[in-house]
Amino acid sequence: MNRRESLTNLVLAGPAALALVLFIFLPVAVVFVLAFTDYQIGAPGMGWVGLDNFSKLFGSRLGRNAILNTLTYVAIVIPASVGLGLLVALGLHALARSLPRIAAILKAVYFLPVAATLVAMAVSWQMLLHPSLGLVNGWASALGLPAPLWLSDRSLVLYTLAGIGVWQTVGYNMVLFLAGLAAIQPALYDAAEVDGASRGWSRFWLVTWPMLGPTTLFVLVVTAASAFRVFETVATLTKGGPAFASDTIVYALYREGFVYFKAGYASAITVVFFIALLLLTALQVWVVERKVHYR
Amino acid sequence: MKRVILLGLLALGAVMVLLPFLWMVSVSLKPQEEIFTASARLVPRAPTLANYWQALTQTSIPRYLLNGVIVTGGILVLQVLVSVPCAYALAHRDFRGRGLLFAAILAALLAPFHVTAIPIFLGLARLGWLNSYAALILPFTATAFGLFLLRQAFGRIPGELIDAARVDGLSEMAIAWRIAFPLAMPTVIAFAIFSVTAHWNDLFWPMIATTDPQLATPPRGILFFRDAESGDNPGPLMAGAVLITAPLVLAFLLSQRRFTQGLANTGLKG
Repeated sequence: MNRRESLTNLVLAGPAALALVLFIFLPVAVVFVLAFTDYQIGAPGMGWVGLDNFSKLFGSRLGRNAILNTLTYVAIVIPASVGLGLLVALGLHALARSLPRIAAILKAVYFLPVAATLVAMAVSWQMLLHPSLGLVNGWASALGLPAPLWLSDRSLVLYTLAGIGVWQTVGYNMVLFLAGLAAIQPALYDAAEVDGASRGWSRFWLVTWPMLGPTTLFVLVVTAASAFRVFETVATLTKGGPAFASDTIVYALYREGFVYFKAGYASAITVVFFIALLLLTALQVWVVERKVHYR
Repeated sequence: MKRVILLGLLALGAVMVLLPFLWMVSVSLKPQEEIFTASARLVPRAPTLANYWQALTQTSIPRYLLNGVIVTGGILVLQVLVSVPCAYALAHRDFRGRGLLFAAILAALLAPFHVTAIPIFLGLARLGWLNSYAALILPFTATAFGLFLLRQAFGRIPGELIDAARVDGLSEMAIAWRIAFPLAMPTVIAFAIFSVTAHWNDLFWPMIATTDPQLATPPRGILFFRDAESGDNPGPLMAGAVLITAPLVLAFLLSQRRFTQGLANTGLKG
């Protein structure tokens, strides 16, 4: 290969390669180093502290609280948003045969939160859930129901945020499930009918559910990964409060790193967050592999 | 009968999904005294556009929208400028390190932006570049996802077509931009939808990289606005929220199929 050819390759691929190193690989390496230091942003120097940051994260009440809150949030959002996504997709798939236009409109409505700006929608949720001016408690008291403090009750706030998380992700899962449903060959249902499975339930358990298996696993992992990253609603609605009742991993990393400038500790949180996501991704790759073999 | 129940349930769910949107529009159309009545109603009694007028003339909302256009536009242009030649080289040229570069792109796909935020912040601080459009735009130049997507699309272009262009005397850069780029337009559009949606809606990085309200992107700006008004003035706040949500929602409604496919195929969520 002559010099001119090499120069051409460098001009074509060089800038992107440089950007990858500068903005992804170098920062990831640095964050793994910083995680073992006590570096404070703006401080003149830093010292090695070994695993101190990690033992602080897992050993302190605040650190464990952020991890536990995140896991609780994930544990609510995954089944709710995957289950509802599947139900809506099944409903719309059935409706599309008789009322295609209405099904298309409903599909757009369910997907709307995925495209909308979450921070603006969170501000609207705040007004909707406002104790005295909001619609939800207005309706609740009209029906004689108690009017909870959705965002300032410590025992409730995490569930409220999880509810908003479900609201936001159902449409996305629905789209993935609809794609999965569209890929099921009608011949399979005919075969099931020959075997005597003509009723809705048996059709679902014999054909639809097994055929959706790979899609479901994929949706589960993608939903878990996105739920782990919850940040916008926490930052907008609660700032982790009241009394850290809605503190989460990514919000803790933001607070420790960019409000308190504890770069070392925040880096350790980042590393834990990253490793958790990598494990999830490994699971996802494994799932996709299986999906390929499945076909 | 069964179909009626099905339709009813789906419609009920749709209303619940729409509720925050409806409430946002409803409050934005209400005069202040109507917002502050104890009996909340979804349909405004005396709808008015005054809140929109106030949001557009007496607040920084237009500034935030402009910043959003500058930042998302800047990011997209930079990403495409850097990625297209590289993806073309990966798909249609043989060079040393090609395999390594592709492996690096696959590895980079695994790192969400949160992971790189602290070091990038420290680097920008050292350069004195925080609180600038550069701080909001530059860190997103490297897009493993864009590179991956474009390489796949360019790979589907037949090699004979590229060779013919070479025989015609086109330079490699010209082939990348004048042959490969237009042929991969559907993929480019899918990537553009992904990129613009992600960065228009992003709060994490603007909260870190800037403290100057004059540089706030739409989500950051709406928080500045809310905190400054401390809840005394929900009407203009909701009008601002509508104005900030409207561009992407309208784009989605106008090109639904592209939008859902663009987002669903890319794993963008939340």
